[in-house]
Amino acid sequence: MEVEMEMTLDKLKPKQKGKILSSKGSGDVHRRLLEMGLVKGAVVEVEKVAPLGDPIEVKVKGYHLSLRKEEAAKLAVELL
Amino acid sequence: MTVKKIRIALAGNPNVGKSVIFNALTGGRQHVGNWPGKTVEKKEGTLKYKNHSFKVIDLPGTYSLTAYSIDEIVARDYLVEEKPDVVIHVVDSTNLERNLYLTIQLIELGAKVILALNMSDLAEKKGLRIDERHISRLLGIPVIKTVATKEKGVKKLLDKAIKLAGETKESKRKVLTYGKELEEHIEELRDCISKKLELPFGYTPKWTALKLLENDKEVIKKLKGVKNSAHVLKKARETRVHLQDVFGEDVDSSIADARYGLIAGLIKESVKKPAVNRISMSDQIDKVVTNKYLGIPIFLLAMFLMFQLTFEVSAPFMELIDEFFGWLAQTASASIPAGWLSSLVSDGIISGVGSVLIFIPPIFILFLIIALLEDSGYMARAAFIMDKLMHKIGLHGKSFIPMILGFGCNVPAIMATRTLSNRKDRLLTILINPFMSCGARLPVYILFAAAFFPNNQGLVVFSLYILGMMVAIIMGLILSRTLLKGLSAPFVMELPPYRVPTIKGALIHMWERGSLFLRKAGTIIFAAVVLVWALSSFPAGVEYGAQESYLGQVGTAIAPVFGPLGFGDWRASVALMTGFVAKEIVIGTFGTIYGVEEGGLEAALQQHFTPLSAYSFLVFVLLYVPCMAVIAVIKRETNSWKWPLFTAAYTTAVAWIVAFIVYQGGLLLGFV
Repeated sequence: MEVEMEMTLDKLKPKQKGKILSSKGSGDVHRRLLEMGLVKGAVVEVEKVAPLGDPIEVKVKGYHLSLRKEEAAKLAVELL
Repeated sequence: MTVKKIRIALAGNPNVGKSVIFNALTGGRQHVGNWPGKTVEKKEGTLKYKNHSFKVIDLPGTYSLTAYSIDEIVARDYLVEEKPDVVIHVVDSTNLERNLYLTIQLIELGAKVILALNMSDLAEKKGLRIDERHISRLLGIPVIKTVATKEKGVKKLLDKAIKLAGETKESKRKVLTYGKELEEHIEELRDCISKKLELPFGYTPKWTALKLLENDKEVIKKLKGVKNSAHVLKKARETRVHLQDVFGEDVDSSIADARYGLIAGLIKESVKKPAVNRISMSDQIDKVVTNKYLGIPIFLLAMFLMFQLTFEVSAPFMELIDEFFGWLAQTASASIPAGWLSSLVSDGIISGVGSVLIFIPPIFILFLIIALLEDSGYMARAAFIMDKLMHKIGLHGKSFIPMILGFGCNVPAIMATRTLSNRKDRLLTILINPFMSCGARLPVYILFAAAFFPNNQGLVVFSLYILGMMVAIIMGLILSRTLLKGLSAPFVMELPPYRVPTIKGALIHMWERGSLFLRKAGTIIFAAVVLVWALSSFPAGVEYGAQESYLGQVGTAIAPVFGPLGFGDWRASVALMTGFVAKEIVIGTFGTIYGVEEGGLEAALQQHFTPLSAYSFLVFVLLYVPCMAVIAVIKRETNSWKWPLFTAAYTTAVAWIVAFIVYQGGLLLGFV
């Protein structure tokens, strides 16, 4: 039996790109992520991880956004 | 011809040059205040152009118009309830996609929108070719390219505003459709709303329907007061659940998808991008500045420079101001016959004005630096670097700078919390800031350390700084889990491109902050100084600060409270009370009460304190009520008396408890 680990944005390494499949969150944070362009189908590239290991910096819709890993973990992505 | 005042609201994301446009439009004719009942800053300005007068309101920078943050609520309430004649939406041309999300919401709101494609020069440099006429056709709103820093396109915005404000006919603004299924439900809810409800504040039925489907807390809250709304709210809830089943995702996602879908189409048709994406200068800089290894050292260096510049550069100016007012007080008391009038003028009024003006150099310099850091884009990186550490104690990455500044002076430090947009993060940072040991407390430590711990002076002073930080962290943890629970902000933050800040913008920013401090906090500080003077000088005939003065009487009455801390003497109580004016005054008061000059002070203190009670006293000085300038600035920044009074009470309670533990614990361990 194959166990498939679901890929989420927080697990991408710098320079990796992913396409957002769904957003599992709810409430204000979820809505904010959507508003900032992290919608279904959006292509996200991880730029870097902060020196202390969190948050991460991603490029989405042509601009740079930072978010914590706990928030990134709510976004399921497909590795491109 | 009658001249009508045209009201323009400026809307836009943060970091798009909105305030540059505002400055270009209104020049020096601005007024900065607060939105009624809110801690959010409100900037207004006026101008005259082609026989028309304009009133321009700079709305808080927001990414969206949901009820996510207090800024967004303020911006939206103004647009919906006050209905400005024209809304100029300033967007960053180099980053149209995300910026247009707000445009769509503004159009949905029914506002007369003019789109200002700002930084169009930067977009051209990047090789972006934007067809503004096509965007205008697609959205049905005027679109104008601007370069705010060169005041290009600003006149055109005004021409359009005059034209648009005069239009009465139904606008040709396009309405976004959300796809068949969603649209049907929006219409159904809209019809239900227009039949059943008398909508308040000029809400339109369609917008209200959309907001209810988005589960917008503010709109729901406001509708609850409306007759018959229960039925509509219930229907909205049911529709949300239904749509979720249909789409397999929540309505928020569907709506955001639809909006970004529309934007993607629009961009595809009207913006030509260069074939190859060059690595921008900004990315190059960022590679170094937020580098895994260099990021933290660079950040610490930046903090060090900011600290040094703020307090070192301002120190000679502060000294000058201090000397000037000292001289003025002496001159005044020499030229007025001795008596309470002379004392009122020199010790009360002149020293009151002096203790306000003394803060001007650090505040102006600090806000100049902060403006430069913000406008250059570094501030966001600093938050990015420090967020993990600050998050651990329930704070936000942006809290770090105010906390560090507290070591210099808590007044500008608390004013620096303005960079925090979330109310909870901001309040928490304000409330624990006084525990960061400011420069004014240092002279007290040094005096006592020299008198009681001649061999360990450095260690004693250092231990107090560490203790202050530890108490700040512990109180941060406690407060974020109790009083300020559940209001926390996620860290979803734009890292704007690095840009060269404009000096003009930074200077205006500095002037706004500085003058605001003078006007608002200044009066409170002045009043407190005069009050302490009066308490020390009356009843008539007593010597200044003597045991028979009102202050001495109060000191004598409360002295027993400090008995368990090791300094139950009335003189210590009086010194602590005068320390409320400014912490370093504690020294001067001891000098006055003991009747010794500065040189004899150490010996006098040794008679009244033991090393243990001296240390306990220092702990109390570190932690108890911050000086009245801090209280005044907390009042100013939180826009209510609740938080400054709370701060005064809780810091003093914490000080008592910690000093109690230190003194009694010390006794148990056999120290004296």
